[in-house]
Amino acid sequence: MTELREWFRRLKDKLVHILVYLALIAALTPLFSVLWEVFRRGISAINLDFFVKPTPAVGEVGGGVANAIQGTLITIGLASLIGVPIGIITGMFLSEYSETRLSSFVRLFNELLNGMPSIVIGLFAYALIATKIGFSVTAASFALALIMIPIVSRATEEALKLVPATIREAALALGMPRWKTAIFVALRGARKAVATGVLLAMARIAGESAPVLVTMGYWKWWFTGFDRPVAYLALNIFLFAKSPFENWIALAWGSALILVVIILGINVIVRLLMREKSL
Amino acid sequence: MKKSTTLTAALLAVIVLVGVATWQLLALQTAGQETSRPPQSAKEVSINGAGATFPFPLIDKWSSEYHKTHPNVKINYQPIGSGGGQRAHIERTVHFAASDAPLSEEQLQKAPSTLHIPITIGSVVVIYNLPDVPKGLNFSGEALAKIFLGEIKKWSDPAIVALNPGVQLPDEEIVVVHRSDSSGTTYVFTDYLSAVSQEWKERVGKGTAVKWPAPRSLGAKGNDGVAALVKQTPYSIGYVEFTYAMKTGLPCGKVMNAAGEYVEPSIESVKKAVEYAAIELPRGDESWSKVSIVQSVVHNAQAKGAYPITSFSYVIVYKELSVLPGMDKATAEALVHFLWWCVHDGQKYAAELYYVPLPSNVVRLNEDTLRMITFNGQRVLGGLRG
Amino acid sequence: MADSGRASQNHTFFPKASSNGKGKLKVFLIGDKAFKVFTAVVASSTFLIIGLMVYYLYLGSWPSIEKFGMGFAVGIEWNPVKGVFGALPLILGTLVTSAIALLIALPVSLGVALALSEYMPKKLSDIFSFFVELLAAVPSVVYGLWGIYVLIPFLREAIYPSIKSSLGFLPFFSGPIYGGGVLTAGLLLAIMITPIMSAIMRDLFILTPSALKEAAIALGATKWEAIRTMMSYARSGIIAATILGLGRAMGEAMAVTMVIGNRFQLLPSSLFDAWYTMAAILANEFIEAIDHLHISALINVGLLLLVINLVVLICARLVIWRHLKAVGGIMRE
Repeated sequence: MTELREWFRRLKDKLVHILVYLALIAALTPLFSVLWEVFRRGISAINLDFFVKPTPAVGEVGGGVANAIQGTLITIGLASLIGVPIGIITGMFLSEYSETRLSSFVRLFNELLNGMPSIVIGLFAYALIATKIGFSVTAASFALALIMIPIVSRATEEALKLVPATIREAALALGMPRWKTAIFVALRGARKAVATGVLLAMARIAGESAPVLVTMGYWKWWFTGFDRPVAYLALNIFLFAKSPFENWIALAWGSALILVVIILGINVIVRLLMREKSL
Repeated sequence: MKKSTTLTAALLAVIVLVGVATWQLLALQTAGQETSRPPQSAKEVSINGAGATFPFPLIDKWSSEYHKTHPNVKINYQPIGSGGGQRAHIERTVHFAASDAPLSEEQLQKAPSTLHIPITIGSVVVIYNLPDVPKGLNFSGEALAKIFLGEIKKWSDPAIVALNPGVQLPDEEIVVVHRSDSSGTTYVFTDYLSAVSQEWKERVGKGTAVKWPAPRSLGAKGNDGVAALVKQTPYSIGYVEFTYAMKTGLPCGKVMNAAGEYVEPSIESVKKAVEYAAIELPRGDESWSKVSIVQSVVHNAQAKGAYPITSFSYVIVYKELSVLPGMDKATAEALVHFLWWCVHDGQKYAAELYYVPLPSNVVRLNEDTLRMITFNGQRVLGGLRG
Repeated sequence: MADSGRASQNHTFFPKASSNGKGKLKVFLIGDKAFKVFTAVVASSTFLIIGLMVYYLYLGSWPSIEKFGMGFAVGIEWNPVKGVFGALPLILGTLVTSAIALLIALPVSLGVALALSEYMPKKLSDIFSFFVELLAAVPSVVYGLWGIYVLIPFLREAIYPSIKSSLGFLPFFSGPIYGGGVLTAGLLLAIMITPIMSAIMRDLFILTPSALKEAAIALGATKWEAIRTMMSYARSGIIAATILGLGRAMGEAMAVTMVIGNRFQLLPSSLFDAWYTMAAILANEFIEAIDHLHISALINVGLLLLVINLVVLICARLVIWRHLKAVGGIMRE
């Protein structure tokens, strides 16, 4: 009797062992499929025109995503100008005064903001800004900045935690006021980690299309002002992917390839940098 | 080690900056090559339009081409369907709207002094996705009505087989694809179906949005949505404006006209339809709700070689442009000049996009209509040509 | 919120009194006070933002709330032309697609987390963890693009027909197959939320005290049985990860709208049929909506989504707090 039970137990053990690896394969297969297809279909769409010409008319040969690249850079730039300082300062507060009641609240709300659907954040930016100045880069950047804040804040807080207490104490012992220590010693020491956090936040918003859709919409021209929309690469993919026109579908894959290369590239670089930093 | 990392970071930043600068120069260089530089005194103007997806490829082409010779004018057109365009016009949220269905009497009440300007002529074609079947399946009006009513359920149905002797039709269920949004293309197609099928006329009728009776049907947004869905779904059938079929490589069905011929949609057959239609066109500022090329051609047994599902596509604007919030003189002038260009120079781009250029009598009619447009009481186009 | 023990940060640290005595001391204190206030104000903007969000979305929804009131959440018609809007089918669609996503993602994420933490040697585990994290970094539109042109044809040709022929007697699988639809959307969502859930669970498993597992093994348990002891310890963490995955699935707009078929109906005819979710209708209709009631109805949907999402996130947070209390704060989530 016990032999049967014994055998059963070993069987279950082996079964789980196999299932667990199957799960891993199941999870990784879509990733490799996505990367492969994006590479395969995107590479044929990429040529010099792709990088220097703006959005083509429907069905036209040629044309590219140059205006979308420009628009994306400008929008990310503006969003970072707003989101990064707020994120860093919030992170500093959380690390310097982490025992206070306020900081628990702030951490909670940061977490809530982080988990918010990006399209809802976009709707908020629409209601707050776009209803007043119309679909615009400003509205889109604001929405994207909101997405960046929790990411940058978290990264800053974690980075500051890693600064050894001895360095802080040395500065304080030498007569530096606490606030100067926080900025010029702690933050300075953590700047690499904070920079990687900022890079990751930028990579994240480069891929966001939902908030941009509801604050800016589509634009086929070059940048003409912060109170007008611009073309956004991730959003263009959405527009082109749903269309039946071959030239637009090709541009969708090409844009996806660039986006994936840049975003994954940043993630890879950041992780490599973090690895060499830890100890 | 600290020094070398800062150095590499700085070097990287410089390389990136140089790269971006070169790229921008290159990009703007090519942009510069495309525009001929007119006098810089022209003010930056942005014209907003919205409406039908039917003429969208043509309007998109026009906005790009017009921008090349008038780089200060940007025309932004949102293809949201004729219904959306009509609503936008009534609510005065756009400078101009496009619709394949003329405004109804009821809508004209809400938007008095609306001008209708036919900008092009297009046709609605039947597209389908049958992997092993050659192009040009024959359809009769009745058969189409029955398919979209859901009474003919399979491709192998004897009715379809009878129309297409010698063609191997698969024994698969027909997936009907229609518009989910309010659409002028639907209006034209249902206008046709109502004309050729009494049952359709009674059960469904014509309109920009109807209750599609076929039980297993799919809806898509815009002509592009329908084209995309048919392209992706085997054994499906749908209806789109001609350009969308040609630009996406989808096969079009041949439709039987009153002369008993199976006519393939083409520029010639659509032109013939317009010729035989010989309708009395109203003035630009009158009601166009009764204008229908389909109705004039579909029962005309003399109309040889005519493709029956043909329609005008209209731009609708207000006669007095100052009723639009935010409108100013520069924008009003730019808009009217743009529309003038569309009905003249713009027509040369029609054929390559499978639209039919306007016949000269319609162009003359439009000229009169455009001359009616005023801003703050003053005619925008002074004299012969503004 | 256990700190990593940098205790020095909280001492009120006074600098050595210099010859200036009182004067310099005052300056230091003012500087510190100003810094504290400034950073606190900036940091508090986060809850200001969330509060403003609810407020502005409520404002934007007002025409719709005025006309439909609470009935909006149970209304079943969506007709911009007639001016009738109701969100029940959207809520159902959101819940069902997320449920399908979780049904698939939960076991898979558990498996992945176990593989990475228990079964693989460290070096391999690091590499594969890295790949799993890359999955999380792929933008949703790219998943949607892949969904339309790769996943849908694959499911339509290779998978769904077999499901239909074997399980077609069930109402879930008895409808026509066109490739997209509810099941496809659920599957795509599952693919998208697995990386996050696996990462959380993997960290969770790594941090559970090995004493539990070692004791079990010492008593003669198989590896799987040892892991099971750990599971009951990690249960609340797994629940929290699941809830977070749920939140993410409910809020996903782009990828879903690209594959779900966007058909507004109270119930789909089968899992292969098209449907609609709250986030998807926002992505699909927002920029084309012209009439104010329509726009406000959409913002109303956004408000509903926001509220539901906040509730879900707070639940996750509560579960984590309870867990931390129970295990005495060893773990930082």
